Amino acid sequence: MAESIKILTDKIGIEGIENFDVYRKNGGYKAVEKAIKKMSPDEVLDEVKKSGVRGRGGAGFPMGMKWGFLAKPEGVPRYLVCNADESEPGTFKDHYLMKSNPHLLIEGMIISSFTLGANTSFIYVRGELMYVIYILEKAIAEAKKAGFLGKNILGSGYDLQLVVQPGGGAYICGEETALLESLEGKRGNPRNKPPFPAVKGLYQCPTVVNNVESISTTPWIVLNGGESYSKIGLGRSTGTKLISASGHINNPGVYEIELGLPVEEFIYSDDYLGGIRPGHELKAVVAGGSSVPILPAALILKTADGNSRLMSYESLSEGGFQSGTMLGSGGFIAMDETTCIVRNTWNFARFYHHESCGQCSPCREGTGWMDKVLYRIEHGLGNERDIDLLVDVAKRIEGNTICPLGDAAAWPVASAIRHFRDEFEWHIKYPNEAIKYQAVYKGDMIKV
Amino acid sequence: MTTDTIVFSKELLEKVKEIIGRYPEGRQKSALLPVLHLAQQEYGWVSPEIMDYIASLLDIQPIEVYEVATFYTMFHLEPVGKNVIEYCRTGPCCTMGGEEVYRHLLDKLEIKTGQTTPDGNFTVKEVECLAACGWGPCFQIREKFYTHLTNEKVDEIINDLSK
Repeated sequence: MAESIKILTDKIGIEGIENFDVYRKNGGYKAVEKAIKKMSPDEVLDEVKKSGVRGRGGAGFPMGMKWGFLAKPEGVPRYLVCNADESEPGTFKDHYLMKSNPHLLIEGMIISSFTLGANTSFIYVRGELMYVIYILEKAIAEAKKAGFLGKNILGSGYDLQLVVQPGGGAYICGEETALLESLEGKRGNPRNKPPFPAVKGLYQCPTVVNNVESISTTPWIVLNGGESYSKIGLGRSTGTKLISASGHINNPGVYEIELGLPVEEFIYSDDYLGGIRPGHELKAVVAGGSSVPILPAALILKTADGNSRLMSYESLSEGGFQSGTMLGSGGFIAMDETTCIVRNTWNFARFYHHESCGQCSPCREGTGWMDKVLYRIEHGLGNERDIDLLVDVAKRIEGNTICPLGDAAAWPVASAIRHFRDEFEWHIKYPNEAIKYQAVYKGDMIKV
Repeated sequence: MTTDTIVFSKELLEKVKEIIGRYPEGRQKSALLPVLHLAQQEYGWVSPEIMDYIASLLDIQPIEVYEVATFYTMFHLEPVGKNVIEYCRTGPCCTMGGEEVYRHLLDKLEIKTGQTTPDGNFTVKEVECLAACGWGPCFQIREKFYTHLTNEKVDEIINDLSK
């Protein structure tokens, strides 16, 4: 394994690390002690700002800045909510992190809550991960017994109650205002903004919502300082990122990488994905979870200008949506030449159709249209106007909805057509070939 | 069945009380999702009578429970089999052959999506991404994940659970 810095996964693999005693023996909760005993909330906030750490849930918004927006009116409670509703297809890093090292998140929650002045904080975990909820609840009970949670933590006078809340199986609840609605016991319909959660969030009180991975960076930042963190990574992509890798690769799994790692090294090095499965070659990559634009192999390895593509917020988005994509949540799905792009695009479109909350017409109706039109192309019933129809529907969804689910549904479809248009045309021109079992367009319009 | 026939056990009621206590005063509606999960674990599914009963426990209107239970896909609004197989049908799992394994599963159980086997042992449902993409194809039965599925592995799991 190459010498690389591990901030989030360094303790994973230690026997029994999910138990408080083992975690504590390995340096756990030292950051809580340092923050609560030796630092003021503003000092912790300063370190987080200096670190430059950006939201790891997908949006990439600087976490320190988000914390700085939190309104602090007198006599009104503030809340911290951890978004552990991880549902973006291709993403399973939070699942892995929470089940492998639950105390890291608890420690991060204590530090973050202390900084924000929250006395009740929530971890909203998707309901399917009930076993992870039990792991977290056990860890919370242990931390409470040891005096790191509850009343008067470490004799500081600071109180914190930590609650794990199960979701109910709705992708939309990963959107922060939908998550807050859900936490209030309602349907997960995203709210109009403004007001932003920092002003009116949970129970109409100021609230910060952060991803599991983002919160889990705070213990390291407190112990080592924000400046040290900012020196890791590349430019404005500071620190490390968990990448969930799936698809046709030799070593699927969760990897902690230093931001700025070349994509080519990430895919082909034995330290990471170990290349594409034997006898096959890379065709396309969805680099940041199903919502981000799909890129053909050539454009994921090198930008349109011929520069080596790096795993960073900036490099992955180089070229805009014409020839670039996004780091997103770090759900890296690699596909080899056996993958039918039309089928895959239809699959994702069906997902967004299923998960649209139904509030905004462009998304509710548009995702349904895209699902149905892609279904008929894939099943040999497409007509020549369908491709332009899809592009048109995608355009009419994008930017016209309350929350980003509409955009997330439009981008995979628009980008698949942008980069693999001939594959769609082949399905329409040669439906009898396209509907054959596991048929894939091989790049030759006439012969099959 | 009327509302009166549904009564949680003493243990369950205590658990409900503990859950309500997690939220600030007057915010007991936040307990709705956890309590729905609790009820489903107890009864296997969430009937209208159970929903009415939960509404009375949380001091909210029955409609507030219905609209939530119908929004979230994890809640079974009809009776289901003993083992509910929730099979991931989303992209990354399909990339790894999820569709073929799914067809095998349905053939093996001789049912269609959404149906229950005549002996009441299995119900099969399609679900969206379970956040286990690197370990796919996968399905879930209650809290347990079954990953890296193949036809052979599916046979094994079904045979084990049929005993």
